[in-house]
Amino acid sequence: MDFNLILALSFLFIPIGLFIYQLFFGHLLRHDTWYVSILGIGINLAVALNFFYRVFFNNPDNAILHKSFNWLSTGNFNLDLGVSIDNVAAIMLLVVSLVSFLVHLYSSEYMRGDSRFSRYYAFLGLFTFSMNGIVLADSITMIYIFWELVGLSSYFIIGFWFEKESAASASKKAFLTNRVGDIGMFIGIMMIYFVGDSHSFNLSDIIEKVKTTEIDSTYLTIAGILLFMGAVGKSAQLPLHIWLPDAMAGPTPASAMIHAATMVAAGVYLTLRIFPILTFDALTYIAFTGACTALFAAIIAITQNDIKKVLAYSTVSQLGYMVLALGVGSYMAAFFHLVTHAMFKACLFLASGSVIHSMHHSLHKLDDHETDPQDMRNMGGLKNKMPMTYYGMLITTLAISGVPFFSGFVSKDAILAGTLGHYFEHGGITIFLPIAGFGAAAITAFYMFRLIFLTFHGKPKNEEIYKHLHESPQAMTMPLIILSVLSFGLFYTGSLNPLSDGSHGWFAKAVGNGHNYVIKVDNHHNQNYGDHHLHTNHNTHHKDVDLEYNFTEHVSHAAHAAHYSAMYLSLLVAGLGILLSFLFYYINKLNADSFSRFFNIFKLYDLSKNKFYIDEIYSNILYKPFMFWSSVCSKIDWDYYDQTFIDSIGKITLFTSKKSVKVDYNWLDQKVVDGFGNLANYMSFKMKKLQGGVVQSYILGGLVAIILITLIVQQI
Amino acid sequence: MDNIQSYLLLSSLLFSLGIYAVISRQNAVAILMGIELILNSANINFIAFNRFTSDLYHLDGHVFTIFVIVLAAAEAAVALAIIINLFKNIGSVNVDDATELKG
Repeated sequence: MDFNLILALSFLFIPIGLFIYQLFFGHLLRHDTWYVSILGIGINLAVALNFFYRVFFNNPDNAILHKSFNWLSTGNFNLDLGVSIDNVAAIMLLVVSLVSFLVHLYSSEYMRGDSRFSRYYAFLGLFTFSMNGIVLADSITMIYIFWELVGLSSYFIIGFWFEKESAASASKKAFLTNRVGDIGMFIGIMMIYFVGDSHSFNLSDIIEKVKTTEIDSTYLTIAGILLFMGAVGKSAQLPLHIWLPDAMAGPTPASAMIHAATMVAAGVYLTLRIFPILTFDALTYIAFTGACTALFAAIIAITQNDIKKVLAYSTVSQLGYMVLALGVGSYMAAFFHLVTHAMFKACLFLASGSVIHSMHHSLHKLDDHETDPQDMRNMGGLKNKMPMTYYGMLITTLAISGVPFFSGFVSKDAILAGTLGHYFEHGGITIFLPIAGFGAAAITAFYMFRLIFLTFHGKPKNEEIYKHLHESPQAMTMPLIILSVLSFGLFYTGSLNPLSDGSHGWFAKAVGNGHNYVIKVDNHHNQNYGDHHLHTNHNTHHKDVDLEYNFTEHVSHAAHAAHYSAMYLSLLVAGLGILLSFLFYYINKLNADSFSRFFNIFKLYDLSKNKFYIDEIYSNILYKPFMFWSSVCSKIDWDYYDQTFIDSIGKITLFTSKKSVKVDYNWLDQKVVDGFGNLANYMSFKMKKLQGGVVQSYILGGLVAIILITLIVQQI
Repeated sequence: MDNIQSYLLLSSLLFSLGIYAVISRQNAVAILMGIELILNSANINFIAFNRFTSDLYHLDGHVFTIFVIVLAAAEAAVALAIIINLFKNIGSVNVDDATELKG
């Protein structure tokens, strides 16, 4: 085995080893057991850095490592397992390992004293294992296996405090909602598998197949959308986003892990992996799903009062952005936002965890079990008490709002440029995509600053609680510092220019524009941009060359052309959002209550507050009819079928068997069967007299018999 | 006198005497002696048929006879052992006393 393969496999074996260790032996070391976990994940982080280092010297189209072996084969059917690390996977591995490492570190304080401390670390290990599996997988079946494992680990970790009713039902909800998407994904896998002549689950084989053979585009569109269904479930897109806000019932560091780097990123990562085979129609569907989700979740986030709920909806919204970016073909921008979002969202969650932790301790001291430690209305003025948490959260809020200098600005700008480019190109209804994008950007800036102002600024709402608040321990503030430092755009673009565009840094070079082998681009569109290089290219080359023209190159040129308009617009909307938030919640020039009353004339406030009644709608159109039909079916089954039909068959059987037992016992048994016995008994009683016991009489009998037989034989 | 009939007559005489002894005698040892007579009558038959039906170079009957003698010796040893055990169990060698198998 080659050393690189061992290194790659350590991403799987170390976390699963930690899982097994923590599950069976974790209790032996009590609280110190977390050192074992952090050591293991630390090794993973070092290995991830090693792979990450190679990204700088690697072409985006080449794999750093690709090894595959045959796992199962029957007849023509082969199932391969393998690891494949290309630039995207290497960056993703680093993100997962880093966030996992920091969450491990953070949890040591956050979960201190929990009665199931070692089990919590076991679940973190399982989660890291499953996510690493998805990242490393080179075949779609392996992705599916680890996909389900991620679903299972999320079930464990969301329901970690299963004594709480909300946690138990949230974990069930997350698992089942994901299952809905996974079924679609499974059908999609099968559709992709059976298309064409050669059958393989290997991603590179599938891409090669789609590239080289002519496949009905409707078929491919359906297969692509079904595969994307999996991402809809995991990445919490409309209409399967309902599990994510409820998943906040889990421990906060675990939420940071789920909502930053692992579970929800898996959906976007899958879509990145299958991006080369998505048709234009499928991409359009994906883009609209993402745009709707981004806008929709942002609107809900405005009115939420639970600090974690705001962050949860902001996660849904940012995931919508990534999916939107993929939909418009901005492969690089989607992955860029995935990485930057992982950093700042992990930090936001961990900072909110720090606040909740502190609130919780304070309430504990006051012996107050009524006040909700997560409700922002109980906070305020925390800036002075928790400066580290405040600055960490402020930096990452600036990042998520898309303020220059910060990573979120660069990645969000790349996405918005992509949507704008897409609109310039296709026109018509696609205007919705940039509108949703910019709208969500403005709202994001607004609600994130609302969170900051309500939590950290202003006067403390409750002096008693405020008095007991304190900064969290170092193990909890360290991850915040690291993650907030990584939220500066400098690390991704390599440029000090605050307005620099993401397409020139090392990141863009490492990820490339991606490839799409399905979409063929007509050349006349290109002229809209006046891109001379492309223009001459088209004039001098044969038409076949035009058909091979790279779609993603094309999108990136479109995005580039739209870059400046997108940047100014996004600066404008982010500024507008922050300004509004400032007016509402910091200097209180505008009264939020009167505004909400004003909007409530059209029921808009209630709509947002109640999350567009999605849960209620699902309850009414799915759950309640289902329960109604179940009760009807149960009534039919029990009262009519069971009580009347089945029971009467039982009664008839009982009657018949009573009769038949009489016949059987009185006649058959007593007379016939016993008769044979009696006969044999009587005969043997008579016959035993012949057995004299004198051997010589037997011999004499034998002799007589021989003589008789001889005589008879002679007569014949 | 040198013909097969006289030998066969002798052997059937011996066989009949042997059968008679086996059936009528009550002493187990005497029954054993009867069995020896039966075996020897068979031996005489083997020798006689060999003598009158083949040439001098074929001695199949003689070989069979030797086998039977060996067998008889072994049988006598086993049978005497049985008789001793019978005596130990029921205190006599009278076969009429051994009626364990009586129905």
